[in-house]
Amino acid sequence: MYKYDKIDQTNVDERVAQFRDQTRRFLAGELTEDEFRPLRLRNGLYIQRYAPMFRIAVPYGMLASRQLRKLGDIAKRYDRSYGHFSTRQNLQLNWPKLEDVPEMLAELATVEMHAIQTSGNCIRNITTDQFAGIAPDEVIDPRAMAEILRQWSTFHPEFALLPRKFKIAVSGTKQDRAVVQAHDIGLEFYLDANNQVAIKVWVGGGLGRTPILGSVIREHLEWQHALTYCEAIIRVYNLHGRRDNIFKARIKILVKALGIDEFRRQVEAEWLHLKDSPNTITETELKRVSQHFEQMPYEVLPAYDASFDAAIASNPAFAAWVKRCVHPHKQPGYRAITLSLKPHGKAPGDATSEQMHAVADLADQYSFGELRVSHEQNLILADVKLGDLFALWEKARKHGLATPNIGLLTDIICCPGGDFCSLANAKSIPIAEAIQQQFDNLDYLHDIGEIEINISGCMNGCGHHSVGHIGILGVDKDGSEWYQVSIGGKQGNDASLGSVIGPSFAAEEMPGVVQRLIDVYVQQRTPEERFIDTVRRLGIAPFKARVYADKDVHKEVAHA
Amino acid sequence: MPSSNLIRGNAIVANEWTCVTLPPPAEETVRKQAGKVVLFKLTGEVSATPEQIAATQIPASGKVLVPLSVWLARKQELSGRLDKGELGVWLDTHESVESLVESEADLNDFPLIGVHVERFADGRIFSIATLLRTRHGYNNELRAFGDVTRDQLFFLKRCGFDSYLIRADRSAEEAIASLKDFSAPYQGAVDEQLPVWRRIDRNAL
Repeated sequence: MYKYDKIDQTNVDERVAQFRDQTRRFLAGELTEDEFRPLRLRNGLYIQRYAPMFRIAVPYGMLASRQLRKLGDIAKRYDRSYGHFSTRQNLQLNWPKLEDVPEMLAELATVEMHAIQTSGNCIRNITTDQFAGIAPDEVIDPRAMAEILRQWSTFHPEFALLPRKFKIAVSGTKQDRAVVQAHDIGLEFYLDANNQVAIKVWVGGGLGRTPILGSVIREHLEWQHALTYCEAIIRVYNLHGRRDNIFKARIKILVKALGIDEFRRQVEAEWLHLKDSPNTITETELKRVSQHFEQMPYEVLPAYDASFDAAIASNPAFAAWVKRCVHPHKQPGYRAITLSLKPHGKAPGDATSEQMHAVADLADQYSFGELRVSHEQNLILADVKLGDLFALWEKARKHGLATPNIGLLTDIICCPGGDFCSLANAKSIPIAEAIQQQFDNLDYLHDIGEIEINISGCMNGCGHHSVGHIGILGVDKDGSEWYQVSIGGKQGNDASLGSVIGPSFAAEEMPGVVQRLIDVYVQQRTPEERFIDTVRRLGIAPFKARVYADKDVHKEVAHA
Repeated sequence: MPSSNLIRGNAIVANEWTCVTLPPPAEETVRKQAGKVVLFKLTGEVSATPEQIAATQIPASGKVLVPLSVWLARKQELSGRLDKGELGVWLDTHESVESLVESEADLNDFPLIGVHVERFADGRIFSIATLLRTRHGYNNELRAFGDVTRDQLFFLKRCGFDSYLIRADRSAEEAIASLKDFSAPYQGAVDEQLPVWRRIDRNAL
């Protein structure tokens, strides 16, 4: 993975000094709350319901084992010995003290980490596919470009105070796993007809209050121009995006208001002036950064391993884990594995300090000392030998990291919700836990098969509810918490936004509602269909009918 | 006597320019959204009525910094001052840079252009300065004023500003340190046009 040189280290060190002084001035009363807010936000520091929330950047989800150990240590020393991995591949701590944050940043800087632009109205952490570099369907490894984008966006002076937050995702695979269509800018790398690296540029996607899938602004952009083209897009947005209404300030609203054709015209006119300017990426720079992402020193291994096959045959629990948590790898004899942070009955995405240390040890022992965070809020070891899988599984199991539920119903994406977040209308974690308890039977889970349930505690949509096969959104009605359910959302190349099935539910109804949706699916599915396929084939009507069946009965009784 | 709050280059200097402002409009329309007063004007919005422009008082002598709308409407009256080098123009972040550019054959006839930022969070000021410096070739003094405090200074400098009128309740002497918050910027911008990988050989670090 990328290793800092003097330039990178200088930037994070100077940031620590800057934020230390800003915090000092705030605590001394020299900065007002309003003035300090944008400063602390661009350092990932929110003032939350009970305490500040501190968001640490994990650029494009890549972590070294020593970094994860440091995160575990920081969580233990300054927080309550756990952290929450977010849908933006970052790590959030929920209970730090404001006055400790400068020291936490200083500790992070010792392992080449920071909290730069993890919040605020600026360019946020660049995200990508958790299997970048090892996926068999990968065309281009996007990590070098993600790192170049990270550096370019860090303290970009012209885009320091945008109308609203700005998220960029990059992907280089046939099957999109970075949700490029749901970002302010999505850069989809591919090889063009001349076998040159090119980018399909998406713009104006986003979840949140007004979920919109992005539009293609340019089908073909040579990779050298990635930064200048992004500058053209963001300049048009910076000058013309709405700043009078926070709910209409994302770029998607501007793109929608102008129409993609007019927006494209303005961007292309701007780009004429920026094209070939010094921020054009050189071969030398791409090569320099790419060296950090060269292939791991793999052993030459056969595609099959007898001990692995034997373990699968003799141990059904291991076989179940392999089925769900082990993923293909482009190198014969290797696999990527997911360590589930979704054990039933626990907050999705949470890891204790002890687990962070355990994962760091596993990464050192089995996966070249590196790991990744997925936007589904799990941890990935990307380069594990087939012959090591059984031993790794046994260790992971001891630490509660081997729930074989990846891609299944209980692998729920979930924001921190009303338990922590001051924006939330409703709690989300207890809903996830209740659903996990309802479906706490592995055979049944496997029978239901692949399904994604996404839960957000408010319409800002951090839990990506609008692209969940089942999406659950916390809403506030007359001061109490209710949950609106949508079905048919999907991430990926054939992304779609879910449709709301009807009036919302009380918290205690939610496990039953999901149960009914699943019952309809199990009865109606064809042998090959996943839940999402059945919803797409039948539409929402039969699901709606079942879910609201006795609601109507209640009404009839009431009216009788 | 209060000392000057103007930073120019890397020093605190006396402010030789009188900033001319428009008189308040006869009827102030307060725009509200969800009960809150909307402070931001959208780009391109008209900022002054003909009455306000006509009623704007301009000191008869000395260096004056006048609003863009006044300059555009009263150009004939003011061109003599421009020739003497004692007229500068300022614009608000919602005003169009293009109308300023089109108003004068050579932008460098102005010894000073000011950009007023009403609220800290309004980042349009950065793009406006970048455009004036790069697209439109403006080389003379470019001044930020309004809600300008030390934590924007580094970004303002990188976007081409070279003078900063620090908000009256803040110390310019303390603010000046923030011009040096970062020493090794990654990306090319106005002040340092080359990104770090074109400035130095990072392979050799």
